[in-house]
Amino acid sequence: MRARVLIRPKAGILDPQGVAVERALPALGFAGVANVHVGRLVELDIEDSAQLESMCEKLLANPLVEDYEVELLQGSG
Amino acid sequence: MPEPATLPTLEDALALGLRKTEYELVCEKQGGPPNLLELAMYSLLWSEHCAYKHSKKLLRTLPTEGPHVVMGPGENAGAVDVGGGMVCAFKVESHNHPSAVEPFQGAATGVGGILRDIFAIGARPIAVLDSLRFGEPTGARARYLLEGAVSGIAHYGNSIGVPTIGGEVYFEAPYEQNCLVNAMALGLARREQLVRSAAAGPGNLLVLFGASTGRDGIGGASVLASAELGGEGEQDKRPTVQVGDPFEEKKLLECSLELLEHGLIVSLQDLGAAGLTSSASEMASKGEVGIDIDVARVPLREPGMEPFEVMVSESQERMLCVVEPASLAAVLALCEKWEVNGAAIGTVTDSGQMRVLSGGELLGSMPVRALVDDCPLYDLEPQKPAQPIYEPPEASLPAGASAAETLLGLLASPNIASRRPLFEHYDPIVQSRTVRRPEQADAAVLALPDGSALAVSIDGNGRRVAADPYRGTIAGVLECAANLACVGAEPLGTTNNLNFGNPEKPHIAWQLSESVRGLGDACRALQAPIVGGNVSLYNEGATSGPIYPTPVIGMVGRLPDARLAAGLGFARSGDEIALVGAFAPSLAASELAKLRGEALPDGLPEIDIATVRAAQLAVRDAVRSGELASAHDIAEGGLAVALAECCLAGGLGAEIILGEERAEADRESQLFGEGSGGFVVSGESRALQRLGESVAVRRLGVVGAQALRIGMGAEADDEAIEVSLAELAGAHAALAELFS
Amino acid sequence: MKFGVLQFPGSCDEVDALSAARRVGDAELIWHGERDLGGAEAIIVPGGFSYGDYLRAGAIARFSPAMESVIEFAGNGGLVLGICNGFQVLCEAHLLPGALLPNTNRHFTFRQLELEVLYSGGPFTGACALGERLSIPAKHAWGRYYADPETLAAMDRGGQLVLRYAPGENFNGSLHDIAGVCNERGNVFGLMPHPEHAVDELIGGSADGLKIFESMRMSVEGARA
Repeated sequence: MRARVLIRPKAGILDPQGVAVERALPALGFAGVANVHVGRLVELDIEDSAQLESMCEKLLANPLVEDYEVELLQGSG
Repeated sequence: MPEPATLPTLEDALALGLRKTEYELVCEKQGGPPNLLELAMYSLLWSEHCAYKHSKKLLRTLPTEGPHVVMGPGENAGAVDVGGGMVCAFKVESHNHPSAVEPFQGAATGVGGILRDIFAIGARPIAVLDSLRFGEPTGARARYLLEGAVSGIAHYGNSIGVPTIGGEVYFEAPYEQNCLVNAMALGLARREQLVRSAAAGPGNLLVLFGASTGRDGIGGASVLASAELGGEGEQDKRPTVQVGDPFEEKKLLECSLELLEHGLIVSLQDLGAAGLTSSASEMASKGEVGIDIDVARVPLREPGMEPFEVMVSESQERMLCVVEPASLAAVLALCEKWEVNGAAIGTVTDSGQMRVLSGGELLGSMPVRALVDDCPLYDLEPQKPAQPIYEPPEASLPAGASAAETLLGLLASPNIASRRPLFEHYDPIVQSRTVRRPEQADAAVLALPDGSALAVSIDGNGRRVAADPYRGTIAGVLECAANLACVGAEPLGTTNNLNFGNPEKPHIAWQLSESVRGLGDACRALQAPIVGGNVSLYNEGATSGPIYPTPVIGMVGRLPDARLAAGLGFARSGDEIALVGAFAPSLAASELAKLRGEALPDGLPEIDIATVRAAQLAVRDAVRSGELASAHDIAEGGLAVALAECCLAGGLGAEIILGEERAEADRESQLFGEGSGGFVVSGESRALQRLGESVAVRRLGVVGAQALRIGMGAEADDEAIEVSLAELAGAHAALAELFS
Repeated sequence: MKFGVLQFPGSCDEVDALSAARRVGDAELIWHGERDLGGAEAIIVPGGFSYGDYLRAGAIARFSPAMESVIEFAGNGGLVLGICNGFQVLCEAHLLPGALLPNTNRHFTFRQLELEVLYSGGPFTGACALGERLSIPAKHAWGRYYADPETLAAMDRGGQLVLRYAPGENFNGSLHDIAGVCNERGNVFGLMPHPEHAVDELIGGSADGLKIFESMRMSVEGARA
């Protein structure tokens, strides 16, 4: 099974990359942009999707400062 | 072998960049038309990049021998003896075109490539320096390229644990469409540890180790790919941007050095431009042997790669070595320890042929000599241009600026302003050798185990070379030697990267040949032979014409006592300040002339190399004796800027009286004029007196207070520049906003 | 006394740490694949990019065999010093509270910094005076120390905030200018600046970093006596 893990900075934790993008967009003429956050995307094929939660807690994300979201995709990649 | 019907044609050869006459010569050497694989390999090895066909004849005129030279041009890097049984390997190389496409990866892989050159001869890389050229930083593209290149160099150097200890950057309009990214690396080895790249011993095995091979940088040869595969969409598979992986290279570096430490390899070579094709052929050529390569044994990153793709791939972080069959198991075990791929992909033969096989099937066979040594060399047709080639720069300093305003304008100008916002991205201290960091001294200084030290400098002012290719190049070499003298070091050897436009044009050919003549004369006079280098030609923007001719000079020297390396900053209040050397400043092609929008002059004032060298020797000896508190050579922006830099680096002001009444124009050139052979030094009065016994020394003033005051006349406040340290610092920090 | 310095394939400052430690005692490298700490009486997890650090600084290194032994060693009260990437590894291994995040200036940055000693009672700063200033360089891209407010308050009370950046020196955006912290028990210490690069006036421009290694020696030899 194909799975996708989205990892982003926890709300309230300063995200300098997000801030930089948020500052850069208006400079390029894109108005009305707010709350930009830059995170990471991990895609993987996995046999037992029940392991995903523990993978995220132990390695893929740092739960102290990051939120993650697991998405299961149909079929295998 | 493919059927004759599928053989590529002359058109294919032309599309690959070969000339008609070259293709005909290939056919002659092959005894018939080459097949696709063979043509791809010839086209790469007979390219300007690999064969130096427009520069080789000139390069042969350069001095390459000297008492310190251990390894000269022709190996992966040059090396000089630094005493105590140690040698220093070094080389500068360009990655201009990849950096113009994608500056971060272009610069990163440039650093990766030059580091591999260093450990390919068995030396542990100990330092990186960089030399960068961009358009004016007012332009968004120049800033994008600069930020990308600096971040890429930092990413690679910092991650692999090699300090970036120095460098230089110039901003000039002719680099707008064609930036330059040159990187220099130094390595250290015990003399007996050095290894050469010549393959030897028929029956020995060829082991490819490091990263797996993908379709990276197939570049020009992709013409063949599309011809072969037919589909437009296939182009998408062929990334032109190569991605650097410093972690992979770190493992490769440690693995290579450990293989050498255990005496497991016969010869070693890195993979760079033209990948396996170039590395294997050159190893065979140097050893006068043949090589068989089985492409089916090459560890691949992508499925379905064509044999020619495997042979020309420029995937990064790979090395090739020759090992005796009995050592193979131990070699592969070390590869496993360092978690890098290792595979025996071929054999050294006595056939004199470069043969490519897949399993048992022979795919191509070429005489090694034809591939590597028989590419035709071309004579240049130099002609001095009748008309100026370059547009005058845009004026950026208001007319009628006072001397103080001019000084601040120069300090804030992109070519002079502090490089701190750039070099703060680099780790300059890892490996615990760095005695002088950027902006602490004129040259970077690295301690050696026996208490002595290496000094390194890199320089090359393209604008001055554009004004006068011969004298401008001499000035560049002298500048490097002056930087070394300021820390008390004598030159041991030189490396260079010749960045020029299209040499087939007579005026570029003239720039190139005059510049190489200057390089040779200066290096001979300084006894600093060329031990290696690189040439990058065809640096021309699509619409903007050629870059300034830019020979980048890297020089390595040695000083007996690391502790005595002088800093550039004034060190003690009350010290006397003096101008050392027969300094004859001129505003021709100076930074001030640029800020005023003046066109380049036709020629620079004559340089008396012997006099300049004598001044350098005197300063060097004074620094070595420990008598001087500071030493700084006068470069861009002239004496006034040099004084300001000494004040800023030391956090101390200075009271200067130039003391001679002169005409307005003379006054300006005295303050801001440039030229070779002038130094600003400080120290106790009797130290300067002693220095005056061997060289012209003119007392300028005294260190002290928190402002730079320059009195122009005999009276202290006649026509004075008076600028506080805070104002100087503010102007000097002008590049800070580049990386916000 | 004997220091053990961990070596990951992507370590950069392990040899620097080794020679710094050798100024006050014996020291040996410990390969990341080894479980045997070779009789080391104090462990240094050095700077660098342990396994390339492509996922998150230090995230993978904590699972190495050597680190598993280090976790056990720390659990038994052994001294563990984490420098820069080593600090990140110790946080990822939960030997130290909090986490290190990308610098607010978004760039790898090198600077010679002034640090202030906030706590001089423990085994890592015993040779320093309270409030003493140390000149030590820092160089990193992920050095912004973060812990939640409750944790920070408890650390403050427990003397776990050992070093802070002097006013104006905090380029990475660490909370409360925190530069170095220890665990509750006081035997594990991590800091972003590099004391091993400030052990020789000639090379580092300062020898203040030597005090950290000297403190560790005093502590180990004191416990032995």
